[in-house]
Amino acid sequence: MSDDDAACPLPASRYERVVLGHGSGGRLSADLLADVFLAGYGDRGPDAREDSATLAVEAGRIALTTDAFVVHPRVFPGGDLGALAVYGTVNDLAVSGAVPRWLTAAFVIEEGLEVAELAALVASMRAACERADVTLVAGDTKVVDRGKGDGVFVTTTGVGVIPPGRSLSATAARPGDAVLVSGTMGDHGIAILSVREGLTLEGPVRSDAAPLASLVEAVLAAAPDARCLRDPTRGGLASTLNELAGASAVGIELDEPAVPVGDAVRGACEILGLDPLHVANEGKLVAIVPESSADAALSAMRAHPLGERAARVGRVVESRPGTVVLRTALGTRRVLSMLSGEALPRIC
Amino acid sequence: MRYLDEYRDADAVRAIAAAIHEATTRPWVIMEVCGGQTHSIVRYGLDTLLPDAIELVHGPGCPVCVTPLTMIDRAHAIAAREGVVFCSFGDMLRVPGSRGDLLSRKSEGADVRVVYSPLDAVRLAEAHPDREVVFFAIGFETTSPANAMAVKVAARRGLTNFSMLVSHVLVPPVIDAMLDAGDNRVQAFLGPGHVCTVMGTRQYEAIAARHGVPIVISGFEPLDLLDGVRRAVIQLEAGEARVDNAYARAVRPDGNPASRAVVDEVFEVCDRDWRGVGPIAASGLRLRAAYRDHDAAARFAVEDLRTAEPAECISGRVLRGLAKPSDCPAFGTRCTPEHPLGATMVSSEGACAAYFAYRADDLVTLGGGAR
Repeated sequence: MSDDDAACPLPASRYERVVLGHGSGGRLSADLLADVFLAGYGDRGPDAREDSATLAVEAGRIALTTDAFVVHPRVFPGGDLGALAVYGTVNDLAVSGAVPRWLTAAFVIEEGLEVAELAALVASMRAACERADVTLVAGDTKVVDRGKGDGVFVTTTGVGVIPPGRSLSATAARPGDAVLVSGTMGDHGIAILSVREGLTLEGPVRSDAAPLASLVEAVLAAAPDARCLRDPTRGGLASTLNELAGASAVGIELDEPAVPVGDAVRGACEILGLDPLHVANEGKLVAIVPESSADAALSAMRAHPLGERAARVGRVVESRPGTVVLRTALGTRRVLSMLSGEALPRIC
Repeated sequence: MRYLDEYRDADAVRAIAAAIHEATTRPWVIMEVCGGQTHSIVRYGLDTLLPDAIELVHGPGCPVCVTPLTMIDRAHAIAAREGVVFCSFGDMLRVPGSRGDLLSRKSEGADVRVVYSPLDAVRLAEAHPDREVVFFAIGFETTSPANAMAVKVAARRGLTNFSMLVSHVLVPPVIDAMLDAGDNRVQAFLGPGHVCTVMGTRQYEAIAARHGVPIVISGFEPLDLLDGVRRAVIQLEAGEARVDNAYARAVRPDGNPASRAVVDEVFEVCDRDWRGVGPIAASGLRLRAAYRDHDAAARFAVEDLRTAEPAECISGRVLRGLAKPSDCPAFGTRCTPEHPLGATMVSSEGACAAYFAYRADDLVTLGGGAR
């Protein structure tokens, strides 16, 4: 007699919202896996039901990264939690010089989340995986009591393969190098803030969430001697450049008027007392390349759909190691510091 | 971007800076009153464009900075109450009270929320009739009309669960108090542009006449500020002392009468303590008796809660222009934006925070920065 036969003959239920039982490991868990995750991602055969994915890798180095995603609201102009959970992780792989290949995803779901929303999240992740050319190979779900979570949290882990001969490092910037960015700064952060706080902006601001691997490949093809790449996410360009200046023990001079910032983002930052250089991006690349490769790298960025507004924004210098100095439009100079704590809107 | 780029034009800035150099023959000490002005000056490095003879000192016009510790502790006591939704402007959240900041209270379970307008707090009160919604009303004359309007709206809608912890302060009395003090060094002021948008310029005429100081009402963009300095220097060099409105695109002599009327209906003048400066007579606003029902200090019985300022922080001397942030031994070491000892490090408008964010010792010195 099987376990199923021994159980009380309760009617099978289809729930519209996630209930605690969906995390029990029992039948409801299996239903959720079949109805939402396998249906959403596509059942990849018997392998999808094993306890771990087995991956064949060629020679070379593996890049591995993990990131937890919590965003409110979960859907925003230009993206959603699912897209962010894919792009955030694959971009960390890409800027390490790796070709992103596989992802795993873990979901902490608050009891009460609508199953339809979860299905939409999964569909969005699938589309994002296709766009980023990665395969989701393993996952897990847990359900927590209502009030013990904020809807749903997603953690993704990404595996990429670094082709032989490639070495990018935050410690590699050298005086004389050029600093490039692939487009406008601050779009993601302002898009989130505008919906979260109900701000009415002059124009629509969409998140720039996008997978960067193909842009990275284009830059590396044009500038194989590139020193380091980063995606300036939380803390914005200012924090990224400060990290790179510190890691490489060099100074960085940033030319403020050269940094591309969209008008609506500029306007929102003026109103809120924020600096666009401190606002998050989710689909932008910072590249530090030798001066001799700067023009080629910039042309490659501009020829890519994600890099149309790419610009050369600064250079690496010997003086004041660990510091980013901003040259303002007025020709004056000041220190550009890392974002401290949370960016808080000012009173007036 | 229109209405901004014009006031940040590099050629125009250079032309005014050159005019200031030409007009300056002697050392002068000029105070910009507002925190927002300080922020722009340091952010754009405007002081580095000035002759060495001109020293800019940073005034007391950062509302977050001058809010006394007593008031912050009262805010924390209210925020910690069961059933309270405590609403505040963002930068007030990090101001340290006697025991941590409002973000710490939030992590302990208090319902603390950032709002962009006091009317957002009124809407919260409407949406949550079972909760006590309290708005922390700080600021100068600039924010008082919106705060007054919020109380009026709450009263009109019968929202008995909405109250306000009022810590409003006024600019003219603190300028008067600084000029009356024996250790004053300030010879001219860049007056508070936003405050005067509400209040007009007449109050400052009396101060200029009584103390013999030029007061140039100035805006907040690079050109506004440099033009303010230029006009102040011209008066100083000529031995004149009058009010000059260099922010005429926003400021009328009578200010905004409709806003003033709302403020006058809801608030009345009272004595106030200023963090770092001390008590100043008739330097603040409180709710009139008719709106006493919406007074959070009374409702939550925190009026007896009083806290002494810690001795170590020199923010009081910074606020009065007697010391630079870099004069403080704790600056940048024991006192940073992550762990502020005093309020001038907390708000991005605070002089210490502006110095910390934008300066390196070897990068720039203040114009006339001999101190």
